[in-house]
Amino acid sequence: MDVVKNAAGRLVPKTVNGEEAIPYKGVGKYKPAGRKHAPAIASCSDFPLDGNKEVKDLKEALVKAGLKDGMTISTHHHFRNGDYLANMVFDIAHELGVKGLRWFPSASFPCHSHLIPYLEDGTIHHIEGSMNGPLGKYVSEGNMKGLGVLRSHGGRYQSIQDGEVKVDIAVIGAPTADPFGNANGLYGDSACGLLGFALADSQYADKVIVVTDNMVPFPCIPWQIQGNYVDFTVRVEKLGDPSKIISGTTEITRSPDRLLLAELTAKFCEAAGIIRDGFSFQSGAGGTSLAVGEYFRKIMKEKNIRARFARGGSNKYLVAMLKEGLLDYILDGQTFDLDGVRSMGENPGHVWTSPFTSYNYHGKGNFAGLVDVVILGATEVDLDFNANVVTHSDGYLLHGIGGWQNCLFSKTVILPVPLFRDRIPVIREKVTTLCGPGELIDVIVTERGIAINPLRKDLIEAVKDSGLPIVTIQELKEMADSICGIPEDPEHGDEIVAVIKWVDGTIIDSVWKVGS
Amino acid sequence: MDGLVLLLLIFVKSSNCMEKTGITGNHGDKIRSDCRVTLTLNESGGRQVQLESKVAAMYGKSIRILIDEVLDFYDIAHANVKLEDSGALPHVLAARLEAAVKMVSNTRKEFLLPFNDAERPRSASDRFRMSRLYLPGNTPAMMINAPIHHPDGLILDLEDSVAPDKKDEARILVRNTLRAIDFQGAERMVRINQLPLGLEDAAILAAHEIDLILIPKCEEAWQVQEVEKVVNTILDSNNSDRDIFFMPIIESALGVENAFAIATSSHRVVAMAIGLEDFTADLGVPRTQEGAESLYARSRIVNACKAAHIQPIDSVFSDVADMEGLLENVRRSKSLGFEGMGCIHPGQITVINEGFKPSVNEVERAANIVRAYEEAREKGLGVVALGSKMIDAPVVKRAEQTLKLAQKFNMI
Repeated sequence: MDVVKNAAGRLVPKTVNGEEAIPYKGVGKYKPAGRKHAPAIASCSDFPLDGNKEVKDLKEALVKAGLKDGMTISTHHHFRNGDYLANMVFDIAHELGVKGLRWFPSASFPCHSHLIPYLEDGTIHHIEGSMNGPLGKYVSEGNMKGLGVLRSHGGRYQSIQDGEVKVDIAVIGAPTADPFGNANGLYGDSACGLLGFALADSQYADKVIVVTDNMVPFPCIPWQIQGNYVDFTVRVEKLGDPSKIISGTTEITRSPDRLLLAELTAKFCEAAGIIRDGFSFQSGAGGTSLAVGEYFRKIMKEKNIRARFARGGSNKYLVAMLKEGLLDYILDGQTFDLDGVRSMGENPGHVWTSPFTSYNYHGKGNFAGLVDVVILGATEVDLDFNANVVTHSDGYLLHGIGGWQNCLFSKTVILPVPLFRDRIPVIREKVTTLCGPGELIDVIVTERGIAINPLRKDLIEAVKDSGLPIVTIQELKEMADSICGIPEDPEHGDEIVAVIKWVDGTIIDSVWKVGS
Repeated sequence: MDGLVLLLLIFVKSSNCMEKTGITGNHGDKIRSDCRVTLTLNESGGRQVQLESKVAAMYGKSIRILIDEVLDFYDIAHANVKLEDSGALPHVLAARLEAAVKMVSNTRKEFLLPFNDAERPRSASDRFRMSRLYLPGNTPAMMINAPIHHPDGLILDLEDSVAPDKKDEARILVRNTLRAIDFQGAERMVRINQLPLGLEDAAILAAHEIDLILIPKCEEAWQVQEVEKVVNTILDSNNSDRDIFFMPIIESALGVENAFAIATSSHRVVAMAIGLEDFTADLGVPRTQEGAESLYARSRIVNACKAAHIQPIDSVFSDVADMEGLLENVRRSKSLGFEGMGCIHPGQITVINEGFKPSVNEVERAANIVRAYEEAREKGLGVVALGSKMIDAPVVKRAEQTLKLAQKFNMI
C-alpha cells in the first residue's frame, strides 16, 4: 500500500478503498473547493398522494430501494447496544445474496458482532464507522476485506454533506413515526431521545427508509426526521432491546480514584475561573465525566452560578441541573437515560441538536467552539499533548471517536485520565494512534498531577497559586514510567487495517494490523 | 470404565505430587493488577515459560527477564512456569513468583527488588492518626493508588482480609509493596496476624521500614511484648535505629479489662484502637450505629490511653455508602475523646478528617490559650490565666495540639 507522511508525521495511505485520500494538513489548513453533494431531484408524482409510504416489510423496502452489490448502507447508533435494526438489514442482504456492501453506521456496538459472518462471506466489504469490541478485534487483526474508516460524529456529517460518502440507502430506526416518514425518538418502547445522527443521511441519501415499532397516524410530532426526505416506511415488531437502548453507564463512578480525578478537574476549572455566571460546558456520559458534572453542580450551587448551556449527552444529572435552574439550556446530541428522554419531551430548555449544528466542520461555524470547557476521555496522551481515543496501547481498536474530535475546538479542553490503567501507562512518548492534535488539548488531569499545555499561558498563570498539583507532562510520564516501568517499543505490522479521519475529511493517522 | 477413570485420577494425582506444583496469586475476569503463577519443578527439560499477559505488547520482554532472574536467584534450572498476568506491577510479579517457589521448596531466601526512590520520613510517636486506611494485603489493585487519597496512615492488612491459605503469599506481597510503593507521606502501617502467626509477620516485615505495627486481638500485655522482642531483634540485626511503633487493637472483653496494662506494655505503643465487630461478638450483642453496647468499652479505652499518654483510636464504620452516618459517628467518637478512626474505603478519609477537624471556635480558643501562656511566660508569671479562668499545662498542651491540627487543615 502506498503511504505518505502527513503534516502530523504519521504514515497514511494515499488511497482508501480505491479512492484517493487526502493526508492531514494541520488544524484549519484544508479547505475543499466545490459544492455540496445533493441527492437526485424527487417528484411527488412518484409517491402516494395520501402520504402513506408504508411497505410490507423491511425486505420489500430494501428491494424497492434497489439494494444491490457494492452499495453503501447507513444505519445509526441511537439504539446503542440494544439495536436490532442493523443486524436485520444485513440478514436480508445476505438472504438476497447481495455482496460487497459498505456499512456506514454512525457507530457500532458489541451487539453488531452478529455481522462478522457477513464480513467473512463478503456480504459486507468494509465498515466505515466506529469498530468496538469483537468487531474492533476482527478488524485490528486484519480480517476485514477493505479498510476501516473512523470518523467523528461531525466528520460523518461532513463526509455525507461533501459527497465523500454517497449513501445509497439510509435505514433509519425511529421509536415513533407516521406512514409519511416523519419520525422522532421521544416516544414508544424504543424511545432514545433524538435522531440527530440520522439527519445527514435523511437529507443526502439516495433512498431513505424509516423503520418503526410505533407507527402513529400522521402527523408524528415533533418531526425530528422530516418525512419529505423519506422513500419508504416500515413497521416492525421491535427495533431493539429497551434495557440496552438506554445505556447503563449513566451512574456516577464509585471508584475513589476516578472520583478524585473528577474532583481535581472541577477544582481546576474553579481555580482557572472557568466556572462563572453564563459559562458553558460539556461533559460526557462516562462515570468520571458524570462525577465532574456533579462537582460542577456543587460549586455552582455554593457560588450561586448559573450556566448558559450545557452540551450533552444528557442524563439525569444534567436534567436535574436544568430543573434546579443551574442551566438555561441543555443542547442535547444524544440522550443517555430515560430522565433525559422525558426531559427532552417536556422541557423547552432541553433542546435536541444534530452533528450539523454541533460539530460539522464544513459549515459556517458550529456549536463546539462556543463551549467554554469540555471534559473528555482518552486512551493515551503523549508528550506533545496529542491524544488517542480509538486504540489501546496494544494497537487494538476499542472505541469510536464519537464527538471527541469535534469537541477539541472548545475554548478549554480537559482530559481527566488515570496515569496508568493497571500497568498500561496513559502518558506515552508517542500515542499509538493520533486522533487529536496536541495544539487543541489544554489540560491533562491525572490522580498524581495536572499538566497544562505550555501553549495555554493564561491557564498556567490563572492556577499558579491554586495549590493544585501542577506538573509538566514530562513529569507525569516519568511518574508513570517509574511505577509501571518503561514500556518496550510498540511493534506493529506493516499492513494498514483502518484510517482515522480528521474533522475535515483528511487522514490524520492509520491503524496498523495487530499481531503481524 | 469407572475403574479406568479412577486409575487415571490416581496417576494424575501422584504425578502431580512428584512434580511439586505451586500456584499463587489471582487471575480472572474481575482481577486487575495481579497475576497467577503456576510453577512446577522438574528434574530436567530446562525452563518452559508460558506468559499470558494483557501488557505483553509493552512489557512482555521485561516480564520474561524478571521470571528468569527469580528462577536464577533460587537456582531453579528445570521448571514449567505459567504466568497469567492482568497488568501486575513488577513487585507483584516478583512476589507471586517468590511465593510459588516457596510453595515447592524450603528456601527462606528473599528475592528483593530495590526500594523505590520516594522519601520515607521517620514517623513520630505523636503524629496525627485521624484516618488510617485498611488495604487487603493480598489485593494489589487496591494498594497501588491508595496513597493518592492521603490518609494519615496506610495499613497493609495481613489479618482478617487475607484468607488463611493465602497468608504466606500475602506476607511476601506486603513486603514487596512496602518497598515499591510511594506512601506519599502516609504512615507506613502493617496489621500483622493474631499471635503466634503475627510474630512471623513481624519478623519478616520489620526490616522494611514500617512505621507502625497493628497488633490485633490484644488481650494481655505479654502479647505486645512478644512482638517487641521480635522487632528489637530484627532492628538490632540490621543495625537500624528506625522507630517502629505499635497500635494494639482491643477486640474482646478481656482486652478492655486489661486496656491500661496493654497501653503501657511497651514504649513502642503510641496508640490503641478498639475493634467493635469482634468486641460486640464477644459480648454476644449486635453492633448498633448508636453504639450504646460499646460505650463503656470505648470510654474505658479512651481513659486508658489518656492515662498512658497515647492516642485512642476508634473502630471502623462499616457502611461505606453512608457518609452522613459516618460523619455523625466520627463526631460522637471525637466527643468521647478518640483521636482517630479506621477507614475501609478511601471515600471515608475526607469525612473522617472533616469530623476530627477542629471548629473555628476551638481554634480561636486554642490560639488565645497559647498566646496567654506565652505572654505569661515572657512576663515570668508562674500562673497563667485567660479571662477569669486559670490555665494549667495539660490545657496548654491540648491547645497546642489543636493548633497543629488547624495547621494541618490549613485553617491558620
